[in-house]
Amino acid sequence: MSDEFNKELYKTDARWQEGEYTVTRTSVWTAPGCHNGCGVLLYSKNGKLEKVEGDPNASFNRGRLCLRCINMIEQVYNKDRLKWPMKRIGEKGENKWQRITWDEAYDIIENKYNEIKDNHGVESIATLVGTGRNSMWQPAVITRAIFGSPNLSFGFLSGDSCYQPRMTANLIKLGDCVISDCSQTHPLRENNPEWKKPEVIVVWGNNPLVSNGDGFMGHWIVDMMRLGTKLIVIDPALTWLAAKADIWLRIRPGSDAALAMALLNVIINEDLYDHDFVENWTYGFDDLVERVQEYPPDKVADITWIPKEQIIEAARMYAKAKPAAVQWGLAVDMQMAAMEASSAITDLMALTGNIDVPGGNIIQRYAYNRSKKYGSAIEYISEEMLLKRIGTYESPIHESGYTPFIPPDKLLECLETGRPYPVQMLWLQGTNPIANMAGEAPRVYAAMKKVPFCVVVDLFMTPSAVAFADLVLPAAMSVERDSFRAWWTPLRSIAKGAELYEQCKSDEEIVLDLGKRIRPDRFDQYNTITDYLDQLLQEDGGVEYDFNALVERVNDFWDWDYTYLKYEKGLLRKDGQPGFVTPTGMYEFTSPLFDVWGFDMLPHHIEPVEGPYTTPELMREYPFILTTGNRLWGCFHSEHRQMPTMREIHPDPMMDINPDTAQKLGLNEGDWAWLENRRGRCKQKVRFNVGLDAKVVRGEHGWWFPEKEGAEPTLFGVFDSNINNLTTMGVHGPTHYGAPYKSTICKIYKVTAENDQLSPTEIVTRKGGFGYAKK
Amino acid sequence: MPKSEEAVQMGLLIDYEFCTNCHTCEVACKKELGLKPGEYGIKVLEDGPRRNPDGKWEWNYVPVPTSLCDLCEKRVAEGRKPTCVHHCQSGIMYYGPVEELAKKMTGKPNMVLYSK
Repeated sequence: MSDEFNKELYKTDARWQEGEYTVTRTSVWTAPGCHNGCGVLLYSKNGKLEKVEGDPNASFNRGRLCLRCINMIEQVYNKDRLKWPMKRIGEKGENKWQRITWDEAYDIIENKYNEIKDNHGVESIATLVGTGRNSMWQPAVITRAIFGSPNLSFGFLSGDSCYQPRMTANLIKLGDCVISDCSQTHPLRENNPEWKKPEVIVVWGNNPLVSNGDGFMGHWIVDMMRLGTKLIVIDPALTWLAAKADIWLRIRPGSDAALAMALLNVIINEDLYDHDFVENWTYGFDDLVERVQEYPPDKVADITWIPKEQIIEAARMYAKAKPAAVQWGLAVDMQMAAMEASSAITDLMALTGNIDVPGGNIIQRYAYNRSKKYGSAIEYISEEMLLKRIGTYESPIHESGYTPFIPPDKLLECLETGRPYPVQMLWLQGTNPIANMAGEAPRVYAAMKKVPFCVVVDLFMTPSAVAFADLVLPAAMSVERDSFRAWWTPLRSIAKGAELYEQCKSDEEIVLDLGKRIRPDRFDQYNTITDYLDQLLQEDGGVEYDFNALVERVNDFWDWDYTYLKYEKGLLRKDGQPGFVTPTGMYEFTSPLFDVWGFDMLPHHIEPVEGPYTTPELMREYPFILTTGNRLWGCFHSEHRQMPTMREIHPDPMMDINPDTAQKLGLNEGDWAWLENRRGRCKQKVRFNVGLDAKVVRGEHGWWFPEKEGAEPTLFGVFDSNINNLTTMGVHGPTHYGAPYKSTICKIYKVTAENDQLSPTEIVTRKGGFGYAKK
Repeated sequence: MPKSEEAVQMGLLIDYEFCTNCHTCEVACKKELGLKPGEYGIKVLEDGPRRNPDGKWEWNYVPVPTSLCDLCEKRVAEGRKPTCVHHCQSGIMYYGPVEELAKKMTGKPNMVLYSK
């Protein structure tokens, strides 16, 4: 990467011919997955993608790429890729399929839809989606606008614990979402005269270099470091960023809310806060001042296992830096106190006057407001039908529409009990629950088996498809799609750079095909995908140009997103007045809405449900705190396991452990170890992490083995190394947000021939699981 | 006297202070040279992590070009940068005449210069 490159070779056109190659300049999002939308040059020959190069003219990534795009050919033309629609001909789990045409597939879906509509009601169709990729609005439209069901859910992500707690806390406190400002919102990047470098970045609960979460390219942190930005890193494990940080706070997993309260305590009591912002733009500061007195650094040192001096030092360093940004991540969401931690961390940004200032945490909306994501098509659901949403009325924040999902924990109960009504059909689009997202995966496996009819839209034959699907539909990859991205900015084209592989269809095409069949009244107005994309770009005050014009532009930065101090300029509220989109118009340290819903109005610490201070007896048997979900270079969640190049880097699932602890347990690096708790066990390979606390271990998620037999009981070995054999469902914070994926407990012992007779996958698929529910 | 183009020795300068071990150079190179699993034109080596006497962590990654590296002859002839330089996620790799690169590294610690 560099700003200097060959301008004749790297054009700013959208398409050109280069020798025998057709070059398409666009962005890539999904599939395969990630949260970013990097600019690429797709080189194809006769409709076949031959190579991918980073686009140096794309200011988002400036020519850089990660393994996923560099290795795209291996994914697109992978021998295991689904080629055509298939229907199940054996029993579920036998992995026996018959090739059918799309028309036959749509006939099956339409007939099933009509049968369910006539006999059960369309609400008994539920959809599962995965994390934030370009398969968000499409399943939402299929579910709501085509099937008419209100039941869309995160694919068994307990407590909606991926970005929903952080976004919801942002929305409640200031009416908008904030991100850390590494200059990415402006086309000139660091040369934008209004931008300032963050003096300090607090990297909280993520390793962005690997995870690239929430549309944030992790290596922007390195860009900032090279400009002189200092880091405070909050992470239980020693990451490369933690090693380079001025301060690394080695936090006990699941105690982030307490840490945030102690930081607030120091900043308030040492008078390091931004008086101007607090006096003019906030509500409820006095209540916060009172509350943080319950969290002095010495007390919080005991809760978080971080030395008191380090807490104080970090608070001073963050508060004195002008500007400073918090780059937060998934670990904040994956704990009991997710909403509370998210609220307290947002308070830190506000208290220090870093909201919407250059180099701070800036308010962002999706470019030109062009993305409704999971919330799409909710307008098609009647009030009467909304009342039928599963579990929603047990969670006031879900009921109020802050999260466009039905609570996944409640959906699981519904599958298990048939209450309030049995689910007749599951639609899975871009999600592989038992391999990845679902906590307590064996329990979810048993529950999903009960659903009579299931459709899976995916790229490969996944364990979830084999176990549950009646119908499997092959999805197109990003490089084969016409689509666009508006999360966050710029608005980016996703233009087809290769012909569709075999009989695959894009998510957009599936929407339109099904829409025309089942709801022609809503979808016959669109002749082509382009018609539909034009409308999405233009409706409700969008852009003035159409999809083809966006393809020509490649990307378009929205000036609103790079305007600073929007709350002073009256750019946030519909009435045009200065202030925030909250009931008080202010930033709310105390949240009146929380009070209305019956929650504590102020942030507070909640202990993990299992741990040294809540279940000391259990800790005798399961002495380690288990944190899960650290990301892998090049593999996105459960994806990419088919690719030889990725598996060369990641041959096996790895668990991290302090070398001294490992030695005491008789474990060497490279040994296979069992991780086990009351709910189940899985095996991963031992890797030493010298920075980990002796009482904390870390396990990888998303592992299945495409190289193994697909049929049950092997099922691609999906439960053998599945860290979600140990996590929970139905255990979440008081607000229904946040689940302890990153703060459970376990014991560790060596895998031997004697204790490895029956594989975990056989135990789950043939023996009914590990027996936890029966205890 | 300016040297003729053929005589100029080219190389790679790497600011390893900011190498994150993202594997991008390794895989970009594999794709460019059509290498099989186990074969590398550039490989990232690790030193650390360990604590220094002052309590600070030492953790370095250094990409090392192998004998298979041809400094992307074909790409360079087309007017491109070597693929590792182009795609490096930290933007810490530079391609050029070694004499110029040597000047560039003056005063900046933690850089290595590879000659071909």
